[in-house]
Amino acid sequence: MEILEIFLTASFWTAAIRIASPLILATMGELICERAGVLNLGIEGIMVAGAFVGWFGAYIGMGLWGGVLLAFVVGMFLGLLHASMTVSLGLSQHVVGLGITLLATSLTYYAYRVALPEVTSPPKIEAFQPISVAILAYIPILGPAMAEQTPLTYLAIATVLITSFVLYRTPLGLALRAVGENPSSVAAQGLSVLGLRIGAVVVGSGLMALGGAFLTLSAFDSFFFGMVNGRGWVCIALVVFGAWKPHKAFLGAILFAAFDAFQIRLQQSTIGADIPYQIFLMMPYFLSIAALVVMSRKAEVPAALMVPFYKGER
Amino acid sequence: MRLEVIPHPSLSRRFLPPILALTATVFIASFLAMVAGGNPFAVLGLIIKGAVGSKFALLETLNRATPLIFTGLAVAVAFRAKLWNIGAEAQLYSGAIVAVLMGTGALAWSAPALIPAMIICSMSAGAMLLLIPTLLKTRLGVDEVVTTLLLNFIFLLLVSLLLEGPLKDPMGMGWPKSARLLAEARLPRIVDGLRLHWGFGIALIAAFVIWIVNIKTTFGYAMRAVGYNPEAARYAGMPVNLIMTQTALLSGGLAALAGFSEVAGLKGTLTLDLSPGFGYSGIIVAMLALLHPLGVVVAALFVAGVFVGADSMSRAAGVPTYLADIMLATALLLMVVAVLLTKFRIMRD
Repeated sequence: MEILEIFLTASFWTAAIRIASPLILATMGELICERAGVLNLGIEGIMVAGAFVGWFGAYIGMGLWGGVLLAFVVGMFLGLLHASMTVSLGLSQHVVGLGITLLATSLTYYAYRVALPEVTSPPKIEAFQPISVAILAYIPILGPAMAEQTPLTYLAIATVLITSFVLYRTPLGLALRAVGENPSSVAAQGLSVLGLRIGAVVVGSGLMALGGAFLTLSAFDSFFFGMVNGRGWVCIALVVFGAWKPHKAFLGAILFAAFDAFQIRLQQSTIGADIPYQIFLMMPYFLSIAALVVMSRKAEVPAALMVPFYKGER
Repeated sequence: MRLEVIPHPSLSRRFLPPILALTATVFIASFLAMVAGGNPFAVLGLIIKGAVGSKFALLETLNRATPLIFTGLAVAVAFRAKLWNIGAEAQLYSGAIVAVLMGTGALAWSAPALIPAMIICSMSAGAMLLLIPTLLKTRLGVDEVVTTLLLNFIFLLLVSLLLEGPLKDPMGMGWPKSARLLAEARLPRIVDGLRLHWGFGIALIAAFVIWIVNIKTTFGYAMRAVGYNPEAARYAGMPVNLIMTQTALLSGGLAALAGFSEVAGLKGTLTLDLSPGFGYSGIIVAMLALLHPLGVVVAALFVAGVFVGADSMSRAAGVPTYLADIMLATALLLMVVAVLLTKFRIMRD
């Protein structure tokens, strides 16, 4: 069977993990925001900004890691803007989030046109190259595919482990989770609800920007318009699919990416030749909607998600 | 810090923050124009001139405002009931597809029969498209923000598929565009010789009708009640899910009219770039209008003016046209803060 053989090749899983990496980073970012009670619809725009800024940093000679850092800082700054409006002022998280996406996207495109007025084809950089981590190859199934990835993929996997550890094994994580479930209880302990939420949105947004930067620094080697292409919205679906738990969201991202890698290969196969390519491109979006529908029944939504906290109110 | 309600806001309290928000937007735009090497006064002047400086410019702005009024109304109606319809873009294209299916020769009807039929069918298509995410929300609790957003991407691909397949114009020299609409299916111009079609007229009528529905009917009252406090509405015996569903049908139908009017009024054909994000700009229009149907008309004219003006400014001054998008996103964010400040005072602890 031609189709099933696709799943058995190591290159398939290597591609799946590469496709999953930006989703993992941005999904962890969104998950941290939502666990603290803030829906961050700025994710799509923050990823666009991260993609451009990361690439631009490398392009002007800051080095690849300089670009990564710059993307993280810009992401955090956009997160601060989001948090100061949604957390401090308690404004609608829907409206502000979409506003941040529109602002970040248009500022990015403007900056690109201003910085590179003359170019017709996007300039390239020397992107991250895969490095071998031999020890990972001993992990069953996914191991060999994980052993040949770029450094940012390892960073993405580390992010999952760190997020999981901080959320479930530290006092800070306990406070963060509580702030998304029952902020009054956190305030009663003398902790700052607003501070915790702002911190979560700032760090989460930084991770979203890293997800964007992965696209220009690892997956491709240049920036072009429309390259994020709804990945941010997919990440929001992945958070729901993962029931707001880091390891489940991680698995969701891998599954999603495997499906994406599969449809790319199916397009190139003899079976795919007769089917319009748009059908294949639609599949990931349909899959996201299907995932939302399947998971929403038993979803354990943070109780205070999208509920602003006003001090002294109960 | 905390917020304190102002019991009786003074006149300056009610008007100063929004004015300051728009002023700040202009300042930020000027600064960015300078970064791009433009003279801020010249750039702003060119935007205004490009938007309203000539008869041609003015008509262009009115034409551009037409789909924005429809999508703005669609968003305003939905957001008022706290139904987060971010899928106006997809609903717009569904209306456009229906207009092409019906208007390119499938029906040999005369204009007085064909155009109303096209309007009804387009609206139904958009309504059905928003019905799916709304039922998923009310029945299964699936968040409609993500589903409506993802449908935008799916529909753009669907349009691309149709334009390369069944709807492809055989005379199109290989370009992905549909056949042209028959003369009977085209919306006539409002005044002979002026490049402004009846889509604009229909948009104004739609805004007026929605306004009347909002203030004079029980349905309008119910929509607001559901948006303001669904729990209270349910407690008062209102069928919240039904009202939400009806709101969705109205909202989706309005957004689809944008696609219908662009195809039947302005372009006469369907292409992949029919909408440069009218669905998303509709959110800005609705928010700037504070979700008021008549305000939507004013806001749509403003937003269209900024887009049209920035296009012509960009050609003349070489400052990227994305300045328009930045101005509008900035205006949106500053305006939500400004509206808050008209009602609340920020107190330090």
